[in-house]
Amino acid sequence: MKILRSALLWLILFSLGMAAFSQGILNPYQQLILSYIAINVILATSLNLVNGFCGQFSLGHAGFMAVGAYVSAVLSLHFKVFTGSLDFLNFPFYALAGGSVAAVAGWLVGMPSLKLRGDYLAIVTLGFGEIIRVILLNMESVGGARGLYGVPGPTNFFVGTALAFFLAGGTWLVLWRLTQSSFGRAFLSVKEDEVASECMGVNTTQTKVFAFVVSSFFAGVGGSLFAHTTNYLNPASFQFMKSVDVVIMVVLGGMGSLTGSVLAAIFVTILPEALRPLQEYTGVDLRMVIYSLSLILLMILRPQGLLGSREWNSFFPFKKRGAK
Amino acid sequence: MSKEILSVQDLKVNYGPIEAVKGISFDVYEGEVVSLIGSNGAGKSSTLRALSSLIAYSGQVSFLGEPLNGIAAHKVVKKGLIQTPEGRGIFLNLSVRENLELGAFLRKDRSNIKKEMDQCFDLFPRLKERLNRSAGTLSGGEQQMLAISRSLLSKPKLLMLDEPSLGLAPKIVLQIFEIIKKLNKEDGLSILLVEQNAAMALKSSHRAYVLETGKITLSGKGEELFSSDAVRKAYLGG
Repeated sequence: MKILRSALLWLILFSLGMAAFSQGILNPYQQLILSYIAINVILATSLNLVNGFCGQFSLGHAGFMAVGAYVSAVLSLHFKVFTGSLDFLNFPFYALAGGSVAAVAGWLVGMPSLKLRGDYLAIVTLGFGEIIRVILLNMESVGGARGLYGVPGPTNFFVGTALAFFLAGGTWLVLWRLTQSSFGRAFLSVKEDEVASECMGVNTTQTKVFAFVVSSFFAGVGGSLFAHTTNYLNPASFQFMKSVDVVIMVVLGGMGSLTGSVLAAIFVTILPEALRPLQEYTGVDLRMVIYSLSLILLMILRPQGLLGSREWNSFFPFKKRGAK
Repeated sequence: MSKEILSVQDLKVNYGPIEAVKGISFDVYEGEVVSLIGSNGAGKSSTLRALSSLIAYSGQVSFLGEPLNGIAAHKVVKKGLIQTPEGRGIFLNLSVRENLELGAFLRKDRSNIKKEMDQCFDLFPRLKERLNRSAGTLSGGEQQMLAISRSLLSKPKLLMLDEPSLGLAPKIVLQIFEIIKKLNKEDGLSILLVEQNAAMALKSSHRAYVLETGKITLSGKGEELFSSDAVRKAYLGG
């Protein structure tokens, strides 16, 4: 009940804030950046579940994102549940469908590779991401290399940026509850020592596959949000570098810190945009130079990431985890 | 005689072409402390790992009258056959509390867990002081205490300890063995102990088996083996 009440409170606060923002405070460009932040938050927090909490190394987040994006885009082009003024209610269905198909893909990839201990997952997911990209590149029905045009997008602020933030909040809530539960401890124990974890009665294979499927689901949701924000999909958006970008956010924020992933997602999305005026001023594109330098500096000064494995509540002594 | 809790017949463990355990048979009865002693590479740890289903094995193993063969590791734990792995297997980056909670991972009876956690703190008061510290900051002895407490929270019917004396100061070893004896005497816990420290193990167990390169060469009552010439020569320095 308590969680329901606080969720309701947050929802009201959130709506009020969003209503204030919708009154022309933000221009379309800023709204777009905010949507990208929400998408990256979903991708980074969900990947952190596998890479940070479970200690497995996945390099195929872009692949699952692509699955979600294309499934929801194709559905939205050919299939509508609601029409007319209720049209905006369609998107959650597409997102759910995109996430579910990505989750099934995650199960198929995770089941054989997570049975083994070691770095097999990195290799398998790397291959999976490429396979998905090449398949999409050669599928004429979804536009092939030309890409998929005309994906219906949001018609106003509320079904666009606000919805993106709502989904990011939902992702956060699910992952947060999960990592704070006894399942969360099982994830951490698998990361620390699989043999000892088995000795505690943790079914390590099932635990890893579960985390991987949940992570893939949210990658799919993030992908469908991406499809409907950009209105255009191209296999080139889901290259290996996209997976690396998400890994960078996870490492930067701290492996095993959802809060860190959120901060890193915001930082990594905003930094290149914030450096745009510099490019106009100097006439040279220094953005990537500064971006990479700042990443290198951060890794030298704080190799454990911005927050390490701490979460927001460890900064408030009155709510310290585990304390009475 | 009391009920047989674990019976092992002709247990064999292979690592590729290497035969680590070459068909051993032994048993543990309820309320007993039984030791497997032997030097490095005798196959002691392999035996325990096999019993926990952490590695493949052949032979007949039955626990509380039910066969254990082919059962997944986490289900063996559910049956009450709990191992404290070699080198303690503590989750170093988790807090002491989280380590203990993981011990009770399969249990749903929260109020009992709380009570049993307090009992562990009675046994090892130092754990209580370090409850919210990460386990990696504990000393070796404290980590062993944590490992034993964690196993106790899994509600063992038979506790298997893999070298609890490993890397500990003699004084701490003494303390750990006092606790093992106490758990057996006061709570009636059955214990299967694997040790290199033969003197300590033999003094604290009812019965013992001596393992040499994968075979049981001697068996008998703890004190009898302790005073036998063969064991004295081989393990206790003449």
